[in-house]
Amino acid sequence: MSTELAAASADAERPEQEAQAISRRHRRHRLETLRAVALGAGFPVLLVLLWDRAVAMTGTRLIPSPHQVAVMMYDFSFGGVYDDAFSGTILIHVWKSAQRVYGGFFLAALIGIPLGMMIGRVRTLRQLLDPTISLLRPIPVTAWLPLSMIFFGLGPNAAIFLVFLGAFYPILLNTTFGVRSIDPRLFEAASMLGCTGTAMFRQIVLPASLPAVFNGLRIAHGFAWILIVVGEMTGVPTGLGSVVMDGRTLSRTDLVITGMIVIGACGFVTDRIIVVISNRLLRWSPQHLE
Amino acid sequence: MSNEPRPIILTIRGVTKRFAVGDDEVEALAPVDLTIPQGEFVCLIGASGCGKSTLLRIIAGFEEPTSGSASIYGKAITGPGSDRGMVFQDYALFPWMTVRENISFGLRQRRLPSEEITRTTDEFVKMVGLGRFAERYPGQLSGGMKQRVAIARVLANNANILLMDEPFGALDALTREQLQRELLQIWARTGVTAIFVTHSVEEAVLLADRVLVMSAGPGRIDSDSRIDLARPRDVSSPEFNALRRDIGRRLTSHLVPSQSETNLHNSTVD
Repeated sequence: MSTELAAASADAERPEQEAQAISRRHRRHRLETLRAVALGAGFPVLLVLLWDRAVAMTGTRLIPSPHQVAVMMYDFSFGGVYDDAFSGTILIHVWKSAQRVYGGFFLAALIGIPLGMMIGRVRTLRQLLDPTISLLRPIPVTAWLPLSMIFFGLGPNAAIFLVFLGAFYPILLNTTFGVRSIDPRLFEAASMLGCTGTAMFRQIVLPASLPAVFNGLRIAHGFAWILIVVGEMTGVPTGLGSVVMDGRTLSRTDLVITGMIVIGACGFVTDRIIVVISNRLLRWSPQHLE
Repeated sequence: MSNEPRPIILTIRGVTKRFAVGDDEVEALAPVDLTIPQGEFVCLIGASGCGKSTLLRIIAGFEEPTSGSASIYGKAITGPGSDRGMVFQDYALFPWMTVRENISFGLRQRRLPSEEITRTTDEFVKMVGLGRFAERYPGQLSGGMKQRVAIARVLANNANILLMDEPFGALDALTREQLQRELLQIWARTGVTAIFVTHSVEEAVLLADRVLVMSAGPGRIDSDSRIDLARPRDVSSPEFNALRRDIGRRLTSHLVPSQSETNLHNSTVD
């Protein structure tokens, strides 16, 4: 009798205890976030200070000081300082690069996700394609540069192709891995509840592999921004990669560093967007709860 | 309990199962014959490797028998179907769906009108007492709650055979007792046929109309005992204990004495 009562009351108390625990966790979570932001922002500030001191102490003329780069950044963004070909052109370059980055990235996702799911589910397809993929994957994207220029000529398509190549493999491999690691019980459960064939793909395979797919997308997205400099070596006149290459040709290191910072910032902001989307879609996942 | 004979829902005739293990073949099930009338609560009990889970998976349609046949109302089982609902030990809930979405999954596959889906889902969410947790994800539930969702998920889909593979094995003792009580209530209310695999003699005697003791090497049904105690059963009554002892003896009489027991025996002889 007493065990029955204990069982009943334990069950009744659970929601209240859980609610308290959740609000406690929320408070701790906020403090933790604040601390993370302070630490994460503090370190780059420290690096800039070190950079400034190092330039001043060595007296080098090859590396500009943070202040010179800041002036260049201002001119690149708003113009009015040097009034040259780069003044106030930041938006055009960001826009052009973003088009190429996302052209290649979305193309990679569009092909990589469905193909990865099919390779994960269909053994014949896996046997057919796996060796070829493993053979092509170690080839550096930069090695494709000459061929891509022959295929696509000088211009943005070659850049999109290179970004696509870099983004494709992480998406494909993570998706395949995600599908392969789905608990087989879930397929059994779905089939006994009347779910079969293509419905299984949409209702089980896709959502169950989504955490791994997003992992792949995040890695690929990073690669896509990395590859933009390589992609824009193919002789395009605009884009952040071409700004860096021009800066090098003109020996304007302040311009090179400015381009680097803008690429980093673009990658950072868009990565946060992916994280927000993935947290929203993966609310259910134990690793993503809270 | 009514005395008129109930129709036979499940018929198993000469079902065997062999698995390939490397170059070898293992005989998981020797020819098994079994009939179960509609609405009966049957427990399968036996040591690991006696083929009780294999038998359950053949009934579910997840495995094909090597020979023999299994049929529901005379219709051969050819694969998984919504007339048979499996409740797994590790729940196998869809983690990206809320409690409500998990329970309505089968209904949604059948493309029923949405009001009907909502009504039936509500009914089963309430039946397993998860009204306040309907919008939670499985990752936010305790083990007992998850198993309630798994039971509701198959019952909402009109399963008339509930197949349970050690469903309460991973739960703590208090939660297990509570779920055993709830399961019996649900079983009495819905009239579903239950086939329940367990390791626990007490659980089998507490729940079942009929306990089948299985033994290994190759897997077979050794004994078939009726449990005619009135429900709710009192686990401390002499009748209950007598049955528990009896089933326990049937279960252990087929076990090969373990090394330590043999040693113990030898040492007492010395």
